[in-house]
Amino acid sequence: MFLQGYGSLIVEGTLTTIQLALLSMLLAVSLGLIGASAKLSRYPVLRHLAAGYTTLIRSVPDLVIMLLLFFSLQIWLNNFTEWLQAEQIDINPFAAGVITLGFIYGAYFTETFRGAFQAVPAGQLEAAAAYGMNRRQVFIRVLFPQMMRFALPGIGNNWQVVLKATALVSIIGLIDIVKVTQDAGKNSMDLFFFSVIGGLIYLALTTVSNGALLWLERRYSVGVRGAQL
Amino acid sequence: MNEIIEQYWQSYLWFDGYQLSGVAMTLWLLVASIAIGGILSVPLAVARVSRNPLLRLPVWFYTYVFRGTPLYIQLLILYTGIYSLQIVRDQPTLDAFFREGINCTLLAFALNTCAYTTEVFAGAIRATPYGEIEAGRAYGMSEFTLYRRIILPSALRRSLPFYSNEVILMLHSTTLAFTATVPDLLKVARDVNSATYSSFEAFGLAAVLYAVMVFILVWVFRRCEDHWLAFMKPQAR
Repeated sequence: MFLQGYGSLIVEGTLTTIQLALLSMLLAVSLGLIGASAKLSRYPVLRHLAAGYTTLIRSVPDLVIMLLLFFSLQIWLNNFTEWLQAEQIDINPFAAGVITLGFIYGAYFTETFRGAFQAVPAGQLEAAAAYGMNRRQVFIRVLFPQMMRFALPGIGNNWQVVLKATALVSIIGLIDIVKVTQDAGKNSMDLFFFSVIGGLIYLALTTVSNGALLWLERRYSVGVRGAQL
Repeated sequence: MNEIIEQYWQSYLWFDGYQLSGVAMTLWLLVASIAIGGILSVPLAVARVSRNPLLRLPVWFYTYVFRGTPLYIQLLILYTGIYSLQIVRDQPTLDAFFREGINCTLLAFALNTCAYTTEVFAGAIRATPYGEIEAGRAYGMSEFTLYRRIILPSALRRSLPFYSNEVILMLHSTTLAFTATVPDLLKVARDVNSATYSSFEAFGLAAVLYAVMVFILVWVFRRCEDHWLAFMKPQAR
C-alpha cells in the first residue's frame, strides 16, 4: 500500500496547501501593488495609511496576526449575526488562511514593489511622456514591464516565505500537509516517518519553485547586459 | 482590556506562577537560538565557500534542507517525531533531552537560524573584494590568518544589515514555541484567550509587545551599523 494507506489523504493535503499558497500569493501581490501605489502616491493620507500597514504588519509575527484575525473575525461575525438574529456562520479555515496570509504578505510585497517602481530610471518615463504617451500608456508599456524585472527576485523570495508560512495554517484548523501527515503518524504509530514525509513534500515544492523562478528571472532579464568576468 | 492587564500582566512579561513566561521566555528563546546558531554558522560559512567539495557540499545540503522546509515541520520532527522512536526512549540521555519541549524547541530554532545565518555570512565572504584577499596573500598570510585578520572582520560587518533581518525573522519564528508547550508570549496570549474569550485584547496585547521588541531590535541594530559600518557611509567633505 502506498504510504501505509495514507497516500490519498496526503495527496489531498498537499493539494490544499498548494491552493492555499497560490491564492494567498494572488491576494498578497494585489495588495502589494495597491500598497506600493499608495506609498508612491501624491496624497499624504494614502502614504501614511500604507506606511502604517507595512510597519505594523512587518513588526508583528505572522502567527500572532493570524490567530488575532482568526479568533476576532469569528467573534465579530458572531456579534453581527446575533444582531441580525440570524444563524451563526463559522468562518471556513481555508478562507481565513487565504485572507490572513494574503493580508500579512501583502505588506512584504508592498515594500518589494515600491523598491522596484523606484528602481525604474526616471529618464525612461520622461522619454515615454515625450513620445506623447498618456499616464496609462506609460504605466502599461514602460513602467510595469521594467518594474517586474526589478521585483522578480523579491517576488521569488516572498513566494518561498508564503509557501513555508502555509504550514502555520494547520494551527487554525486547516487540513493541509502538516495536519494530514501528523494524523497519519498518530494513527499508524509512526510519527517520525510521516513527519519526515511532510518535510520532504515541502522540500520538493520549494525545489520546484526555485527552478521555475530561475527560469522566469532569465526570461525577464532578456536584453539586460551583465558584465562578463 | 484593563482587567486582562491587571490580572495577567505578570504572565505576559516574565512569570506565570510556575516558570519563566511571556516576553522573558520569548527573549530567552531568541537569545539562546541566535547565540548557538551564530557561533556555529561562522565555521559553516567558511566551509560553505571552500573549494573542497567534501567541506562545501555537506554544508550546502544542510542549508538547503533547513531553508527549504518550514520551521514548524522541523520542530514537529524534533519534538514529536524523534520522541516517538523507541531507540531514543531506550537511551536515558536522549530520552531526558527529547522529553522536554524547551530542549527540542531550542534545538530546532538554533539549527534553523544557523542555516539562514550560514548563507548570509557565506554571501558576505564571497563578496569580499578580491584585492583585499590578494593583498593578504602577498603579505604571506596563511589561510587561517587571512580569514582571521582580513576576510571575517570585513565580511561579518558587511553582513550586519542582512543579519539583523534574520534576527527579526527569528523573533517572529519564536511564536511556534507554544506548539511544544513552551510558555512563550504567544502561549500566554492563547491561554488568556481561552480563559476570557476576549480574543482581540488577548492577542492584541501580545502583538503590541512583539512590535515593541522589534522596534527595540531595529534601533539596536541601527546603532551597531552606525558603529561598525561607519567606513561604508558616504563622507561629507
